[in-house]
Amino acid sequence: MLGYTITQWVFGILSFMAIMFALMVVFSRNPVNSVLYLVLTFFCIAGHYLIMNAQFLAVVHIAVYAGAIMVLFLFVIMLMNLNQDTEPQKTMISKIIAGVIGGLLLLVLVGALKGTDQLTTIQSGASKIGLVGNLGKVLFREFLFPFEIVSILLLSALVGAILIGKKDVK
Amino acid sequence: MAEIIIYKSIICLVVFVVSLGIAAYSTWWERKFAGLLQDRWGPSRAGVWGLLQPLADGGKMLFKEEIIPNVSNKFLFVLAPGLFIVTAIMAGVLIPWAPDVVINSTPYAMQVADVNVGVIFLLGVTSVGVYGIMIGGWASNNKYSLLGAIRASAQMISYELAMGIALIALIITAGGTLSFREIIAQQDAGFANIVWQPLGFIIFFVCALAETNRAPFDLAECETELVGGYHTEYSAFKLGLFLFAEYINMFVSSAVMAGFYFGGYNFPFASELYHAMGLETGSWIISLIGFGAYFTKTLIFISVFMWIRWTIPRFRYDQLMNLGWKALLPLSLLNLVITVVVEYFRGNIQF
Repeated sequence: MLGYTITQWVFGILSFMAIMFALMVVFSRNPVNSVLYLVLTFFCIAGHYLIMNAQFLAVVHIAVYAGAIMVLFLFVIMLMNLNQDTEPQKTMISKIIAGVIGGLLLLVLVGALKGTDQLTTIQSGASKIGLVGNLGKVLFREFLFPFEIVSILLLSALVGAILIGKKDVK
Repeated sequence: MAEIIIYKSIICLVVFVVSLGIAAYSTWWERKFAGLLQDRWGPSRAGVWGLLQPLADGGKMLFKEEIIPNVSNKFLFVLAPGLFIVTAIMAGVLIPWAPDVVINSTPYAMQVADVNVGVIFLLGVTSVGVYGIMIGGWASNNKYSLLGAIRASAQMISYELAMGIALIALIITAGGTLSFREIIAQQDAGFANIVWQPLGFIIFFVCALAETNRAPFDLAECETELVGGYHTEYSAFKLGLFLFAEYINMFVSSAVMAGFYFGGYNFPFASELYHAMGLETGSWIISLIGFGAYFTKTLIFISVFMWIRWTIPRFRYDQLMNLGWKALLPLSLLNLVITVVVEYFRGNIQF
């Protein structure tokens, strides 16, 4: 089909959908819709992992991001019940300033990417590193120390979050 | 290639139809069972023993007036029940219902998809399932619905942790595989996993009750406090889909428990029985008997779910949270430690 393989077609469609949903996150006026579009973006990215034969990563991505973190986001946003009547409206000046700053950030990011090497494409389907057994072996043998460091970091973040959330710190 | 598509389509269709059929007749059995426990008849007018009652209910749902609240978000309001039932059915694709059938020396698995990360897929699907409830509750634009939705999501997230850790212990016992097919197949010889994981099973069972929003954990649709919970504003077949999905969830989680902890299609002295009957491995009769065994276990679990519903009163919400975080989570961690020690002495894991 037009000189592309099926994998390339799937990749193209998924990428288009991921970018489109990501834009909808920013452009939709209702915060709940934004969260739902972000969930759809996560599903598209999980599709990309599947193309790279990283099934474990794809499923964990959905279980953790779409299944747990975004549920909490949705939870908070539903409780706050944001809408146009209660939300403070920004002035025109702050909108313009935000636009300029965002544009400059985009410029910097694009500029930083310009000189770097192009990523070599990973042959889809050939890589077996994303399968859960191989990933586990690499993670718990070669990269055990960084892995443990990350878990300690997460633990301290957890304790910190609970401390901040507490009403009366003694 | 064409052959595999046809065979997988047939399996898909069968799993789909059986899930819906079981869900429909679960409603009948639930009423009959409630009648039994409360010393009354239950449905008895439609057909023999009220067997046509599910059809009558379905017809009623179809022909009722459908009301969509004016101020609600219409698209999400319509989407929510569909999303809920899709995620409910999706978990069912993982279950291998019977031993493989060998035709012309090609094995045909009685399973829709053998996902090699099946256990995590299951956790993912159950956690995505809460979106149906949350979106439905929010889009109804009703405070009772929103409260129900929030209760449901907080409950799901709390109980998923203990469930996940109980499953990790199970995976260690099952020899480190995440595939449903292998977890069930390894209980072929020796004992079912329940022998090595009694505590893990209890934790998983309680969490499954909570994840399927069944009594005593049905705080999300607690009618004494929240009218109808997240489906207060729903009517006609959309309400039907919500109720239906709950029964499909119950069916799937019963099948998962029967497979993970009670050996699925394996049963004691199965190989001796097959040998005495002169059957070879891969015969369709073996598959049929195995399917019968699995299905019986699943139906028993569904009955236990109902038994619990009509026996135990509903929890209060703080009790529910305390049970999840202060009892089940530490217990599941303890179970994990015990499992590792036991498996080390059984020689299944080395350091």
